[in-house]
Amino acid sequence: MAKVRVATMWFSGCAGCHMSLLDIDETLIDLAGKIDLRNSPITDLKVFPEDGVDVTLIEGAVANEEHLHLVRTAREKSKILVALGDCAVTGNVPAMRNGLDPDQMIEDIYGKSVTSNGALPYEVVPHLLGRVRPLAEVVRIDYFLHGCPPPAGLIAKAVLALVEGKTPELTGSDLKFG
Amino acid sequence: MERQIHIEPVTRIEGHGKITVFLDDKGDVRDAQFHVTELRGFEQFCIGRTLWEMPGLTARICGICPVSHILASAKACDAILAVQIPPTAVLLRRLMNLGQMVQSHALSFFYLSAPDFLLGWDSDPATRNVVGLVAANPELARKGIRLRAFGQEIIDRLGGKRIHPGWAVPGGVNQALTATDRAWMVERMPEAMSTIRETLALFKSTFGETKDRGVLTEYSSMYMGLVRPDGAWEHYSGVLRLVDSKGKVVVAGYDPSRYHEIIQEASEPWTYLKFPHYVPKGYPDGMYRVGPLGRVNACDHFATPLAQAELEEFRGGAKERSGRVFDYHYTRLIEILASLEEIGELLADDRITSTEIRAQAGINAREGVGVHEAPRGTLIHHYWVDANGIIEKLNLIVSTGHNNLAMNRAVREIAKMYIKKGKVSEGMLNRIEGGIRAYDPCLSCSVHAVGKMPLVVTVVNAGGDVEATLVRD
Ligand code: SF4
Repeated sequence: MAKVRVATMWFSGCAGCHMSLLDIDETLIDLAGKIDLRNSPITDLKVFPEDGVDVTLIEGAVANEEHLHLVRTAREKSKILVALGDCAVTGNVPAMRNGLDPDQMIEDIYGKSVTSNGALPYEVVPHLLGRVRPLAEVVRIDYFLHGCPPPAGLIAKAVLALVEGKTPELTGSDLKFG
Repeated sequence: MERQIHIEPVTRIEGHGKITVFLDDKGDVRDAQFHVTELRGFEQFCIGRTLWEMPGLTARICGICPVSHILASAKACDAILAVQIPPTAVLLRRLMNLGQMVQSHALSFFYLSAPDFLLGWDSDPATRNVVGLVAANPELARKGIRLRAFGQEIIDRLGGKRIHPGWAVPGGVNQALTATDRAWMVERMPEAMSTIRETLALFKSTFGETKDRGVLTEYSSMYMGLVRPDGAWEHYSGVLRLVDSKGKVVVAGYDPSRYHEIIQEASEPWTYLKFPHYVPKGYPDGMYRVGPLGRVNACDHFATPLAQAELEEFRGGAKERSGRVFDYHYTRLIEILASLEEIGELLADDRITSTEIRAQAGINAREGVGVHEAPRGTLIHHYWVDANGIIEKLNLIVSTGHNNLAMNRAVREIAKMYIKKGKVSEGMLNRIEGGIRAYDPCLSCSVHAVGKMPLVVTVVNAGGDVEATLVRD
C-alpha cells in the first residue's frame, strides 16, 4: 500500500503546535514508517508535490498576504485539510491584534518604542492583513484539532486515524480549547 | 547534490527566508540583508491586559521556548509586586529553565543539525531530516529523542503541560514538585547524562580540529550573557556581562534591570526583527552575540566539574574567545551537560519538594524588568503598569534579536566567500543557511522554518538592478 502523503505548514502561530507534534516522541519512529512526510517546516521539502498530498496540517492563523496565498494553495493541493491548534481554529492569540490598525501598530513598535531609531519595515517583508483570520474563514477545513497546543496524544490519534482512512473520533477533553 | 538553484527573474516568493546581497561596481559583495518576515505585535496587543495574564500570554510568542517567556515575564511581575519569591520557587524555576535548556538544545542538535553532520551535507534533501535520521541511525535518533523528551517531561511534571504550562506566576510558582516526580527525574538522570557524554565524544571525534569548525566563517564580536557574581556561567539570575574577542571584560556585573542603558534597538525598513546593539559602540558597530557561544564565551568558568572540564578543552588554554559560528553547536552540547549537572544538584536538594512556593502581593511598583537566559540567549521583558496592574507599555527584547546583527554579518561574510566579480559560485545557499542555522534562531518569530530553510537570495548590482535571484525550495 502506498504511504499516505502528509504535509504540514505554519502561518501566524508560535511553532508550539509543531513542537507538540514532535512531542509524540518515540511514536514518531512508528509514524515515520507509515507516512511519507512531504513539505513541512521540519523537513527539507518546501513546496507541495505537483499532484498534491493526502493530508495537510496547518498551524497558525492567516495574518499576512503570504498566508492568504499559501492557505489557498494548501486547499487546492490537499485531499484533507486539518486546522491544527487554536490559532488555526479560532485565530487565538495572533487575532488579539484585531481592532488595531496594522500601520499604527508598526508605527508604535518601530517608530516610538523604548529603544529604537524609528525606521519602519515596509520593504520586502509581506504586508499584514487588516484582520487576522482563522483558516475556516478563508478556505474549507475538514477537521479541527483544538488546544494551545493540541496535546501530542490527540495529534497522534487524529493523524493515525486519517492515515488509516478513518474519521478521527474526538470526544471529551479532545474538544477543549487552550 | 540534490539542491536546486534556479537563476531566474523571480520578484517575490512566498514562505521563504529572504536574503538580499548588494554588490559594488566591481561586482564584489558590499552588503547583505537577512529579512525576517513575521510580525505578530505582542508589544501592542498586550497593552490593556492585566499583569496576571502576562506569563501565559507571552508564552505564546514561542512554542519552542515558551518556558523562557513564562519565566522572564514572571520575573518582571515579581518586580512589580516588589516581592522576593520563596527559595523553593527559585529552585523550581531554575529546574524548569534547565529542563527547557536540555529540550531546546537537543531539538536543535538532534532534530535539526545532526541530519547534516551524520547523513552528510550532500545527502538527499528528501530524507535529510529527523525522519531520515531515524532510518539511518535509529540508535542515536532514539537517544536524541529521549534526551529531548527528558527535558520536556521535567517541564510537564512541574507545570502539567509540556508546551505553555501555566505554572510560573507573579510571586513564584503555583504547583510544588511531588516526591514521585522527583524520584522519576532522579531515575532518568543517568541515561540523559550518558547520552550527552557520548554525543560530546562523537562530536569532538568528528570536529575536534579547530580548522574543521571554521566551515561557517568566523569573525570577532563581543559576547553577552548572565554570569554569577564570581564569573561562573549562569542561566536564571546573576548579572549581565559583555566580553570582547580577546576575553577582556567590557561590561562587568551590570544590573540586568538597567539593560536599556547599554542596549538599544535599531530598526530597518527591510525586516520585522529589530537590531539590539551595545550603546557605547553605536549601531551597527556595537554587535554582540548571545546564546550558547555568547554565554560560554562571557563566563570565566562553570560551577560544575564536567562542564568545566569541557570548557577547558574547548578554550585550549587560550584567553581569546572563539568567533567560529560553527562553535555554536559545540557550546550547545557543553550547555546540555552543564544543565544536566545542575539538574542533578537541584534534585539532591531537599528544599526542592517544599510547598512554600508563592508570595502573594498586590501592585507595589509601576515598572518591572525580568531578565534571564533562554536557550537562544538573554531574554528581556520590561513592563509598565497602572495602579490596578493594567499594562500601559511593554518592551520585549527576544533572544534571537540580539543575534540579528551577527546573523546578518554571517550572511555577508559567506556571500563574500562565494561571490567574486559578479560571479556566484555553487554551494552558497547551503553555507548561508548553515550560518543562520548555527544560531538556532527562534524563527517562529522569523523565517518560519525548523527544517532546511527555503531561501531566496536576490543579488543587486551597484546600479540597483537585480542581477540574479537564486532560489532553493
Ligand atoms: S495554538 Fe497555541 S501552541 Fe499552537 S501556534 Fe497557536 S499559540 Fe502556538
